[in-house]
Amino acid sequence: MATKILIPAPLRPYTDNLEAVEIEGSSVGEVMRNLVTRYSELKRHLYTEDGKLRNFVNVYLNDEDVRNLAQGDDTPVGEEAVISIVPAIAGGW
Amino acid sequence: MLNLDTSQVTLSREEMERFSRHLILPEVGLEGQKRLKAGKVLCIGTGGLGSPLLLYLAAAGVGRIGIVDFDVVDVSNLQRQVIHGTSWVGKPKVESAKNRILEINPYCQVDVYNTALKADNALELFANYDVIVDGTDNFPTRYLVNDACVLTGKPNVYGSIFRFEGQATVFNYEGGPNYRDLYPEPPPPGLVPSCAEGGVLGILPGIIGLIQATETVKILLGIGTTLSGRLLLYDALKMSFRELKLRKNPDTPPITRLIDYEQFCGIPQARAEEQAEIPEITVDELKAWMDAGKDFVLVDVRNPNEWELGRIPGAHLIPLPQIENGDGVEQVRRLLNGSELVVHCKSGVRSAKALKILKAAGIEGKNLRGGILAWAEAYDPSIPKY
Repeated sequence: MATKILIPAPLRPYTDNLEAVEIEGSSVGEVMRNLVTRYSELKRHLYTEDGKLRNFVNVYLNDEDVRNLAQGDDTPVGEEAVISIVPAIAGGW
Repeated sequence: MLNLDTSQVTLSREEMERFSRHLILPEVGLEGQKRLKAGKVLCIGTGGLGSPLLLYLAAAGVGRIGIVDFDVVDVSNLQRQVIHGTSWVGKPKVESAKNRILEINPYCQVDVYNTALKADNALELFANYDVIVDGTDNFPTRYLVNDACVLTGKPNVYGSIFRFEGQATVFNYEGGPNYRDLYPEPPPPGLVPSCAEGGVLGILPGIIGLIQATETVKILLGIGTTLSGRLLLYDALKMSFRELKLRKNPDTPPITRLIDYEQFCGIPQARAEEQAEIPEITVDELKAWMDAGKDFVLVDVRNPNEWELGRIPGAHLIPLPQIENGDGVEQVRRLLNGSELVVHCKSGVRSAKALKILKAAGIEGKNLRGGILAWAEAYDPSIPKY
């Protein structure tokens, strides 16, 4: 089952400029692993060398931060699930 | 609800007429308008976000507005920084903004701080205001604004933009989360391009800035439900708003004092590393190489739309994304064929990135310090400073 992942503008250069991609997987963690396998350039932008999500990037399942979910990365993704990647941006001027 | 003392606040007949559309709203009324007049708002930055929000805060009748900015109005600001006009180019932004605010609402007291917000002036400045609005454009200042708000107990009305997308929320309000709960650490310098490097749709900060103005007015009035605990995401191209939940993170270390934010954001380290790693060439040296007919290849890593605005003679366009995906590296290798390499972009950030990637692929080169902007300044006034 494919889950929709919304890609923010700063990361689109690493996903062939796609704003959303459909990735297979049964849990949030599996979908994310498959995402960075398909788009390998994304990996270093999202994860540290020891595989931790970087501190300036958040991943949401629907409207909830995955880190706040009881099952975290193991949370199953339902039919209608949307995963959002939301990096820190600073522009204002 | 903010504790605002309205006991000494009066509205003149002219003010009653001016704010009559507020006065007839039951949610605002005379007491609400007095709260706005008693309210003191400090806006950090009078750029893309600060410009629209200051116009509306002034018009709404906020009694005292402080503005912090060290910059002068540049012609490239006018595409989005709507508080500033053409006749103010070259003059301090805070003066330009004050002039416009008083034109809109002469009853407003405007405090101008023609200075950069720093760890040694932030707490003192914030102490005099009820609400802080973050309209800055860089990570060090955003963490500084956040931490100073936490330490002084002020709500932080946050907005930030990138190209066609924006984020807005309210931090540190009534026990809600702050910026460090959302992002404990900033990205390394250069990873996320600034508006100057990445571009921004001029209208975008208008939308986000006015969301900030709305939240500020609601906080002063004590009405409605603020964005505290919610991160609003806006996408101008899709014209969509989405909302994500934002919670306090129990692992966020408590903020006890202000720190060195440039250091925290890795800026001096990155600068030193880059200089050690990537040799530079000045525009004067480049000109001398050209005049001497030296054998070298000049690569421009900007985007094709920037290339259309102007270029350095003899440059080859190979945009950074192509170098990042590997194709560009091979193009550079083919071009070089034994010659020396100089790489440039708009101001030197992206070219340094390109040179790092090239170096990893065994290709050494020099970074043109200051990019095409420095070249335009010194040798080619026909190239627009964009």
